[in-house]
Parts: sequence; structure tokens; C-alpha cells
Amino acid sequence: MTDAHGHAGAHAHAEPQGFIWKYVFSVDHKVIGIQYLVTSLVFLLIGFSMMLLMRWQLAIPTPPDDFDPEKLSLIRSFLNWLFPESMPYGFMDPVFYNQLGAMHGTIMVFLGIVPLGVAAFGNYVMPLQIGAPDMAFPRLNMASYWTFLVGGIVLLASFLAPGGAPQSGWTSYAPLSVVAPAGQTYWLIGMVIIITSSLFGAINFIVTMLNMRAKGLTMGRLPVFCWAQLVTAVLLLLAFPVLEAGAILQLLDRVAGTSFYIPKDLIYGSTVFPRAGGGNPILWQHLFWFLAHPEVYVLLLPPMGIIAEIIATNTRKPLFGYRELVGSMLLIGVLSFIVWAHHMFLSGMRTSLASLFVTTTLTISVPAVAILTCLLMSLRGASIRFNTPMLFALAFLPMFAIGGLTGLPLGFAPTDLHLHDTYYVIGHFHYVVAPGSLIALLGGTYYWYPKMFGRRMSEKLGKIHFWMTVIPMNFVFFPMLIQGMYGMQRRLAVPVEQSHNLPVQGWSLIIGIAAATLFVGQIPFIINFFWSLRSGEAAGENPWNATTLEWACPSPPPHGNFATEPEVFRGPYEYSVPGHKTDYWPQDEAA
Amino acid sequence: MREEWGFHWGLPQPAASSYAGDIDFLLILLHVVMVALYVIGVALFVVFLVKYRARDGHRASYTNPGESASFLPAGLVLAFEIWLILAFEVPIWGAVKKSTPPPAESLNVKLIAQQFAWNFQYPGPDGQFGRRSAALVTAENAIGLDPDDPASKDDIVTINQLHVPLGKPTILGMTSKDVIHDFQVVNFRNKQDIVPGMETVLWFEPTVAGKFEIGCAQLCGLGHTKMVGQVTIETESEFEEWKKQQVADASPSDTGTADARPVIPAVDSHS
Ligand code: HEM
Ligand SMILES: [Cu+2]
Ligand SMILES: [Cu+2]
Repeated sequence: MTDAHGHAGAHAHAEPQGFIWKYVFSVDHKVIGIQYLVTSLVFLLIGFSMMLLMRWQLAIPTPPDDFDPEKLSLIRSFLNWLFPESMPYGFMDPVFYNQLGAMHGTIMVFLGIVPLGVAAFGNYVMPLQIGAPDMAFPRLNMASYWTFLVGGIVLLASFLAPGGAPQSGWTSYAPLSVVAPAGQTYWLIGMVIIITSSLFGAINFIVTMLNMRAKGLTMGRLPVFCWAQLVTAVLLLLAFPVLEAGAILQLLDRVAGTSFYIPKDLIYGSTVFPRAGGGNPILWQHLFWFLAHPEVYVLLLPPMGIIAEIIATNTRKPLFGYRELVGSMLLIGVLSFIVWAHHMFLSGMRTSLASLFVTTTLTISVPAVAILTCLLMSLRGASIRFNTPMLFALAFLPMFAIGGLTGLPLGFAPTDLHLHDTYYVIGHFHYVVAPGSLIALLGGTYYWYPKMFGRRMSEKLGKIHFWMTVIPMNFVFFPMLIQGMYGMQRRLAVPVEQSHNLPVQGWSLIIGIAAATLFVGQIPFIINFFWSLRSGEAAGENPWNATTLEWACPSPPPHGNFATEPEVFRGPYEYSVPGHKTDYWPQDEAA
Repeated sequence: MREEWGFHWGLPQPAASSYAGDIDFLLILLHVVMVALYVIGVALFVVFLVKYRARDGHRASYTNPGESASFLPAGLVLAFEIWLILAFEVPIWGAVKKSTPPPAESLNVKLIAQQFAWNFQYPGPDGQFGRRSAALVTAENAIGLDPDDPASKDDIVTINQLHVPLGKPTILGMTSKDVIHDFQVVNFRNKQDIVPGMETVLWFEPTVAGKFEIGCAQLCGLGHTKMVGQVTIETESEFEEWKKQQVADASPSDTGTADARPVIPAVDSHS
């Protein structure tokens, strides 16, 4: 099996023995996938907790008239005890606010959603879906996980740095980031490590998908999820090196006295900043967004792939427009490289460039709308099963749509004049990544959990989790669009210092309550995750009666995955084929 | 009309610049279309969920009629967007950002932003801005105005206070001493980053008299939230009066004004 089809020697090694080699320093893609899954869920929880502290501050930013420091509420005394310096009496110091803000964004994007969508599900599911025994480079795969973990720890350790964690936003705009305290150096080093880890993964994914597909699995029969992973890997490979270089330049500006991003005669702390100057702060923004716009599709495509899988399985019919879906993903991949400056209409970039980037940005709505059309039309003529994964997948559609639609007034430069750097932007991208990507990733967890652990998660707890996630999420993010329309800026520690924000401050209290509810709503998920490991209903090989190859091996799959290499006879979504005895026809079932 | 309804589409009132109406129109148009598209999509979604739920005796169909038209909605949306670009984006952006009114017919003011204050420099009666130099910056001379330059003698420098005449364009030539800031007045529906090492421009023609808040829209450090100024829009004669008062009150090296807000000192967090 190993070499018959010229496969890389992925399975040449024997199954490792001993707990450490089997479950810790494992080279098995499934173990690594689960390591990524657990690690990124933990990071998501950490990033979310930071945001809860910030939302507490925003809900009640200043002491009420009858505030009495002698009689603190339970929450205030707790916060006062936990952070005596940075949250006295439970009111947050702006420096701490900026630290939490920068770290929340960085953690959620680079340590949460991306590793969950790409590394966890990609690692676990993709080799199974292509019928491979493992990734092409198992050791590189292991290196990728451990590099990632080190990078994440370096980022978190920045809280211990003198002056605290990074505080220049997840975007780290120079010169603020260059003159910031030591935590920013941790951020840059951490990012370089994380990017390196992503590059390891991207190469591995591409090689695996191109070289190790089972016999008969042509590209045209590849599940949409694999296509999404392929496009994502290419985006990472081409976009991340640019930020890596940019981050190294910023590091040099900070530690080696260079001036890549520092203009002449910068005055900092009442004196001229001791640099030769000649650099340009806007250069950083170009390098950053050249990565960060493709990055938003890295956040989105794997979840879209998950949605496609779940919808196909639970509508019991072929996806509407498989080719159009795949084609749209490829088109998004290409276009995402030529839109980055829509984040920079007001940066001081030449104003005549705007119309060009407006046009490219709006062209992206073609594949985006096409994908939504295909997923929506897939429901037509279906026989829809409303299980927990499907609920999450369905909820993705209307909520992601809000994210996509709100991109429109941001993409038009004249309307961006009013909305740029307001809560409208925050509302927009959270609708894409939280009620969008994150919801899809939670759905994916429910969907593939039976494969990973051999047992199903509880449907009852799953449905409680679903409603306690979807409803509060909308109360968290929709009011942000309202606040942003009214002109409330993002990244304000005490928004009420600006009187023009006062009329919409009330929404922040509602957002705060909703965010706390959302946090509570994750408890059923955590319980479900651990409880089902032992007590869930046994799943069997193919609990959802699905067609793709990951359901053709035992749950959980043994080392090497398939007893014999599967052969593929048909496309990925042959459901309800007329005349076939069941309503699903697995890819590997001989006619 | 909007005023009469008392419903302003969630936009801050009053809209106080000559181009705010155009921007509001485009914002409202886009949101109406977005809501319409959304309602159509969600209605279809709900119908499908109800009609095609799994139930006994119901089997999914193997075929997907209409697949070849998957790009049709996307194409329609694109056509609409291209129309919006040509009809609105290009002209509005061109007028607001790519050009300014003739400087000779406008009030020209320099804005020198710093952590966490707005310094405004008016040229004074001679119409000439005095020379500035980074080397001359001190706590008292925040913008580094050169006292030896004759043009600087009559310059007016204010902190956090921008006075401008009603109905005449003001052109702000903006730069920053330290990090990136962003000049935002929500009632003007405009904002612009202010970047050290270069000059960016923002112009506006106020259409409503009154006082509006200047906020900083780009994270610039610990005092970012408190970086607030005020723009006062007054009649031409009130404005001339105010200028005379400033010239009488202040010598060029005296940068404070009576109504200036206290400035939060910049903190060198690098040390
Ligand atoms: C569907 C079409 C989309 C359009 C037209 C669009 C447009 C834009 C524009 C113009 C901005 C900049 C706004 C500003 O700063 O003033 C923006 C911000 C952002 N978008 Fe989108 N977007 C779209 C989809 C997405 C998707 C799919 C994602 C993520 C999966 C995403 C994530 C983000 C993020 C993270 C930001 C904010 C970054 C920051 O400033 O911190 N967007 N979007
Ligand atoms: Cu973007
Ligand atoms: Cu600021």
C-alpha cells in the first residue's frame, strides 16, 4: 500500500508504542489534529475571557453617581482582587484595555479560528477524505504543531513582559508598535514562530492532497472540504511570508535601531526619536494587509468547506453546483490577493488608488454570492435532518450573509469615510468570523466527533448549546452595527469620554449581558465534549450515513486509517440516487 | 424630509458638511438594498426549511434544476455594484478625497496631531504659515514654530480648538509628531488618518453653525479615548472676531488658549 502508487513513505513507520510517543509526540495526523483541536479551543476560551473583561468595562465604563468604593458589588470586588493594578474597583485602566484588545484579536485569529479550521479539521479529516494513511510529511506535521504551541506560549508570555502585553491592536500599526513596550517584541517573535508553523502545514497539505489521493479520487471527485483546504493552504503559503518579512523588519526597528517604518523627525516623549528616519509607516500597513486580507479567507474557506459537507449529508441530496462552489473558491483565492488596500482607503495612501481597490473588492462579491446561492439552493428538494451539526450549518447561512452584506458599505470608499474605524467594522467582521466561521467550526466538531472518538455527542446538550450560542451572538454583534452607524469608534477604553457616543452607549450594556450569556452557553458544550467521550452513544463507522471516505474506516480510525487502500468510484455527494437501495452511495462502494 | 420624519437611519445628526448628504444618501441606498436582498434570501431559506424537512414518505431529489444559473444572482449583484461605482463612488470620492476646493477661496489650517492633542496653526493676517522644525519642539512650543521666521509672528496656534467660518471650505493640512492619529468629525461624515512624516489633507465646507466634537479614530496609545477636540462653526464675522481676539491674546510662542482643554502629557513608555 505504501509505495504501490508512489506515495511518500508516510506509512513506512510502524505504530508507535508507549503513551508519550502515541499521544504526545505523535506523528499520526489524527493525534495531531486532536491536539490542534483541543489547543485551539483552549485559546478560543482564553481570548473570549479577555473580551468578557473588556465588555464588562464597556458596559459600565465609568463609576455611576451613587458609586461607593466601600460597598463594591461581588464582581467588582473580585476584579479588584484579581487585577488590583489594572482594574481598581473593577474599572479598567486604558493600557490594560489596549493590551487585552490587541491580544484578543491576535489570539482569536491566529491561535483560535485558523488553527481550528485549518490545522485541527484539516489534519484530522483531509487525509481520511482522500483515503490516505497519513500526511505526506508526518514529522513536519508534528513539527508544525509544536512550533505553533511555542509561538502561542510566547504570545501569551508577553503579559509578563515589562510594560505588559502588546497594546497596538492586532494590526500593530507602526510607529505606535515600534515605540511600544517590550510586549510588542514578544508579539513579533511569536508571530514569526506561528507563521513558520503555518508554512510547514501549508506545504504538507498541498503535497498530501496532490500526491496521496486514493485510486479513482480525481480532483473532480474531491470533497468540497478538501478543495477549501487546498485553496487555503495556497493562500497561507503565498501571503504569510510577506507578513513574516514585515514582522522581522518591525522587530529590527524595535531592537536594532533601523527605520523601516520610522520617518525622520519623529517626536516621542517631547524629544526627537533617535532614528535616522526615512521609513514609511504606511509600508507596514501594506505588508500587514497583504497577508491579512487573504487571511480572512483562511478564516472563512475551511468553515465553508465544513458547511458544504454537513449540508450535503443532512439534505440527503447532491450539493447544488459542486463545480460552481469549487470554482468560486478558486476565484476567491485569486481575488483575495488584490483587494488588501480596502483596509487603507483613509490611511494616507494615494487617493486615486481607491477606485481600483473598490472595484476589486466588489468583484469578490461574485464568488461570495455564488457560494451562498449554491448552499442555499442545496436545500431545495432536500429531505432535511435537523441534527445538531446541521443546525449549526444552517445558522451559518443567514448570519454569514449579514457579514457579507455589511462588507458592501465598507467596500465603497465614500461610505467607508463614515464607517471606517467604527464599530460597524467590528460588527461586519465578527458576523463573518463568529456567527460565521466559529459557528461552522462548532458544527464541524459535532459532525466529526463520532469519527474522532467513536461516540456521538449528546443531541440534547448540543441543541441547548446551539440556541445559547446563536441567540446571544446576535445580541452581541448586531448592536455593534447600530453603534457604528452612529459613528462610535472602535478601540475606545472609555467611549463615554466622547459625547457623540452617548446616545448609543446603552447598547453596550446589552452587549455585555449577551456576551456573558454566550459564555455561560458554552458550558453545555464543554460538558458534552467530555461526557460523551465515555458515555456517548457508540457511533460505528458511518453514523450519519454519509458518502465520503472518512466514513469508510473505523471510528476512531486505527494507525494507518484504512485496512486496505480504498478505491473511489464516484463523486462525493451521491445521495438519493434513483434506483439505489439506500439514500446514500459511498464513494468507495463498488457498483 | 428625513428631519420631518424624525428618523435618521441611525446616522448622527445634524449632517453638517456640504458632502454629508451625498454620503448619507449612498449609505441609506446601500442599506435599503442590503435589507431587501437579505429579506428575499431569508424568506427563501425559511420556505426551504419548512417545505423540505425530513418526514415520512418524503425523499430528497437527486437532481438540482437550475444549476447552470448559479452565477445569475452574483452577476446581478455585480452589475448593480458597477452601476453604484460609476454613479456614486467615483464622483463622490473624487470630490471629497481626490481634490480640494481652490485654496485661495478657502480657509487653510495646519493640524499637527500628537499624543493626545490636536494643535491647529492658522497663518494669521499675512496668509503665510510660519516655519516649523522638529528641533524647536518644546513643551511650550508644541508645534516647533520658528520664532525667527517673520511669517510665524502673526500665526495663531490653538490646542484642541478649531474655529471655522460657516459656508466656506476649510482645508486641513495634517501631520503627526509621533504616531498615527485620525481626524474624525462624525457630523461631517469624513475622517482621515494623520501620519508622521507626511501630510494628508481633509477638507470640509460646514453647512450648520454650532460646536461639534473631534475624535481620534486611530488607536494612538493610552490616552486615545481622551483625544477629543472641538470644531466651532460660526458666521464669517464671528470667526473674524475670534481671530482678532486670538492675535491680541497670544504671542506666537504662547500656544495655549483660554478655552483649551487640558492636554494629557505624552508618556514615554519605551524607557
Ligand atoms: C464578502 C465581501 C466582503 C467585503 C466587501 C469586505 C470588505 C471589508 C472592508 C472594506 C473592510 C475594511 C473596513 C474598514 O476598516 O473601514 C473590512 C474589514 C474586515 N473584514 Fe471584510 N469584507 C468581506 C468579507 C469578509 C470576510 C469573508 C471576512 C473574514 C472571514 C472579513 C473579515 C474582515 C476583517 C477581520 C476586517 C477588519 C480588520 C480590522 O480592521 O481589524 N471580511 N472588510
Ligand atoms: Cu479585507
Ligand atoms: Cu488616537
